[in-house]
Amino acid sequence: MYGWIWRRLPGGTATKAAIALVIVHAVDALLLFVVFPWVEPRLPFNDVTVDR
Amino acid sequence: MADPDGDLGTDQRRDRAPRPAPRDPLWRVLVRGIGELLVTAGLIVLLFVVYEVYVTDLLNGRAQDQLAEQVHDQWGATAATPREDLVEPAVGRPLAVLHIPRLGEDYSRVILEGVSEDQLSQGPGHYVGTALPGQQGNLAIAGHRVGKGSPFLDADQLVPGDPIVVETAQNWYVYRVLGDAATGDYTADPSGIPGQQIVRPTEVSVIAPTPGAADPALTGAYLTLTTCHPKYSARQRLIVHAVLDGGPISKVDAPAGPPALSGG
Repeated sequence: MYGWIWRRLPGGTATKAAIALVIVHAVDALLLFVVFPWVEPRLPFNDVTVDR
Repeated sequence: MADPDGDLGTDQRRDRAPRPAPRDPLWRVLVRGIGELLVTAGLIVLLFVVYEVYVTDLLNGRAQDQLAEQVHDQWGATAATPREDLVEPAVGRPLAVLHIPRLGEDYSRVILEGVSEDQLSQGPGHYVGTALPGQQGNLAIAGHRVGKGSPFLDADQLVPGDPIVVETAQNWYVYRVLGDAATGDYTADPSGIPGQQIVRPTEVSVIAPTPGAADPALTGAYLTLTTCHPKYSARQRLIVHAVLDGGPISKVDAPAGPPALSGG
């Protein structure tokens, strides 16, 4: 999977590394600010209230 | 030079010409793919832990700063009114500011009205319909144990007699954790209400007007904190009960807070 992506990135090693870094950060940001905030309320370990 | 055994020298020379790399057998591609997926899944779970423990704190800190500003603006506008009008605010609006010296010298959190995740991700939430600060009944507040600013992370360290101070537009209200301050016995209060208990999540009687009692009659001004227990779990609830100690202290008389806030 990672090898496949690496081979498809354009340019030499330096360019590939730079693009890979940008992709990693984009995925991180997507997870931290979009995916996790959406997933979290659906997980069971955040209940702090008492209710029926 | 053509060596039938194909020695190293010959191979190297032949490799200079571009030649398609031999394809890996399918099983290797599959195993590698699965391995990479598992490593990726592990990294995502780790990142989620970082999110829960650090990023939500960051976001919550920002939300609390805004709320503190909002509440002080609001109070500034109503400061001229002589008597406090105790009105339950709309869900999602700030209600009061909570100070718990045991949890940190300058521990202060804006309490919002409502206990859904929308409110709890910003700060401790007031159970709708329970008592307001200083009123007879039970001022019940829920808050996160871990993450979202972790307002009640160390709520288990509150001992009998510890002040829990609620600040409103006009007044300070000092509640004290129930129990015997001398021995640290949580169950010593004559009312039978413990200062701390761990209950099942369905135990709604802890936020009843008189904690633990089925009878809705008002017998005193209590404060109850609820949070999850044990840490990182939602199996049980940690409950802290406190009772109002004395009447309201006007902010005009004590602009910097009651003595209880500074170790009294």
